[in-house]
Amino acid sequence: MAGIPHDHYKPNSPAERWIERRLPIIGLIYDTMMIPTPKNLNWMWIWGIVLTFTLVLQIVTGIVLAMHYTPQIDLAFASVEHIMRNVNGGWALRYLHSNGASLFFVAVYAHIFRSLYYGSYKAPREVTWIIGIVIYLLMMGTAFMGYVLPWGQMSFWGATVITGLFGAIPWVGESIQTWLLGGPAVGNPTLNRFFSLHYLMPFLILGLTIVHIWSFHTTGNNNPTGVEVRRTSKEEAKKDTLPFWPYFVIKDLFALAVILLVFFAIVGFIPNYLGHPDNYIEANALITPAEIVPEWYFLPFYAILRAFTADVWVVIAADWITGGIVDAKFFGVIAMFGSIIVMALAPWLDTSSIRSGRYRPMFKWWFALLALDFLVLMWVGSMPTVSPYDWISLIAAAYWFAYFLVILPLLGVIEKPLARPATIEEDFAAHYGETGSATGMRLPGEKSGTPAE
Amino acid sequence: MFSTIIRALAALVVTTSAVFAADHYKQEITDYDFSFEGPFGTFDQNQLQRGLKVYTQVCSSCHGLKFVPIRTLGDSGGPGFSEDQVKAYAGEIEVFDRTLADGEGDYRTATPPDLFPVNNSVGAPDLSLMAKARAGFHGPLNLGIKQLLKGSGGPEYIASLLTGYTGEEREEAGSILYGNKAFKGGWISMAPPLGDDYVEFDDGAPADLESAAQDVAAFLMWTAEPKLAARKQMGLTAIIMLALFSVLLYLTNKRIWAPVKGTKDV
Repeated sequence: MAGIPHDHYKPNSPAERWIERRLPIIGLIYDTMMIPTPKNLNWMWIWGIVLTFTLVLQIVTGIVLAMHYTPQIDLAFASVEHIMRNVNGGWALRYLHSNGASLFFVAVYAHIFRSLYYGSYKAPREVTWIIGIVIYLLMMGTAFMGYVLPWGQMSFWGATVITGLFGAIPWVGESIQTWLLGGPAVGNPTLNRFFSLHYLMPFLILGLTIVHIWSFHTTGNNNPTGVEVRRTSKEEAKKDTLPFWPYFVIKDLFALAVILLVFFAIVGFIPNYLGHPDNYIEANALITPAEIVPEWYFLPFYAILRAFTADVWVVIAADWITGGIVDAKFFGVIAMFGSIIVMALAPWLDTSSIRSGRYRPMFKWWFALLALDFLVLMWVGSMPTVSPYDWISLIAAAYWFAYFLVILPLLGVIEKPLARPATIEEDFAAHYGETGSATGMRLPGEKSGTPAE
Repeated sequence: MFSTIIRALAALVVTTSAVFAADHYKQEITDYDFSFEGPFGTFDQNQLQRGLKVYTQVCSSCHGLKFVPIRTLGDSGGPGFSEDQVKAYAGEIEVFDRTLADGEGDYRTATPPDLFPVNNSVGAPDLSLMAKARAGFHGPLNLGIKQLLKGSGGPEYIASLLTGYTGEEREEAGSILYGNKAFKGGWISMAPPLGDDYVEFDDGAPADLESAAQDVAAFLMWTAEPKLAARKQMGLTAIIMLALFSVLLYLTNKRIWAPVKGTKDV
């Protein structure tokens, strides 16, 4: 693999050489596990492992659930109850799977905001970032379709509302909506295709996850300083890095265990806390629920969708300029998808040459405001669209766009960055004192040979 | 074709404000204490048996339990019926069997593997999942704090609904509505189903309205979440195991990093 110079796998026995000449799989595993990793990574660099674990958890529990589930509108709801009552451990599988979706999104939001703060999206990691955004979009699609499968009231009406968004597209919208649903309204064809796609998309995510990892293994990890690992020689690189195994594997596993502790407390004691009670009512096309609310992880974007109502001047202007093609409904849809697109464009909108937010005194505050903004959007997305929530969501939605489209480009020009450490080694030493060994490559149990330089 | 979509979109705009308006009518939900609350709480077997009796003698005349297999009355963690008791209970129920009468279907005596019968004779909702399909506690401001502290309040809602009749009646579009403090909007179409001493309990427990309402609410929590005890058991085991695992990994991690961090040597 390109990038940071390090020791590669050397087959030692004739058998290893025999395999390696035909399929260099041991070398691939070795190089992946022993990849040089910046030694100053902090606790915000654990979410990748959490996400990988959760993906596997969701796939495993999902495959078993699919063995007992029936994707047919008259039987789906009952088949979920069959899983909950008659399948051995079925209740555990289902609660793990439904709460697993929430764990997935907690982890992905932490992961995304870590990247936004430490500038992980900046050159040369733009491709990693874009793949990540695509994974996130696929996750949203998968979660949305998964929520439809139990065929409760929220499943049905959520599907109706969300697919209705496509109906807002001028001219072709209604045809697209009908095509997505497989009929004029949410019905059996919709349930069938959602089940099929809900099964397929996790494997696309799995494939993209491998590409995501491949890409940052090529560029090397970012780190809290944003200062690159020295690549001039293997010796210098070793001073900035440690192999992934065992240092980061054990660290990540510790973090994962703590997170799973909280996760299992939720699954064991309050498994329905994050769900909506209405989804325990079987879907009924004739009764509209009192409120149609998406799952918590969609609320920020749902808030943006609803924020731009017909009385907002931007919407009025857009309506007038386009001659009514972009009405309030379509504007909301554009805003919702646009909010993710502007985030995807962050590598090109951020003009600062400094990668990490740690050394950007002004950026820090704007970023903190963005994180707060995200939480406000999440909360306001669950509230009714009346005053004062309507203008709170409008301001919060406007800030989301302002951050990416105005603040990020401007900050790079006007901000005076703080001094950065010259190397990762220096940053690490400032934090933990001088390293005990010269290389930092000593494995546990190994006697310290040479004293610090 | 578009009616459902329009209804859904209208629901976004109109009913969210209706929800807001409904806040003006304060639903009164009593925070009853149930044995199955908290991380260690389990069902009270006697209470479930009493609740089953209330359901059988009162609720089942209009409501069904179509997702609950009769045999689960014998499950541990549930009402805990013996095999004979389950058989005897099933023997008193008639279920519709589609395979009888040359495919036309007919009624026959139930057996333990059968489900409780469907009942939509007067359009009453099925009660299997009612305790999870209703929330007694909300907010404040959709922050979910109350639900976290008190639970979602499904059983509390059911018990409060049964005891919440004000005694007022009014006629609307040809049907009679009954005043109820726990029901959203304050008027419900179900006539007061339960009163003092409607049922006589075998264990001599009080059968006043409030006690019987709590008993049937507990029973409906069991029908909605029959595996509650096993679930909490799993949660507890997982937490203990993971706590142990976390400590071991923490120590391992500390030891591995000690020489690198240079603060101390192994």
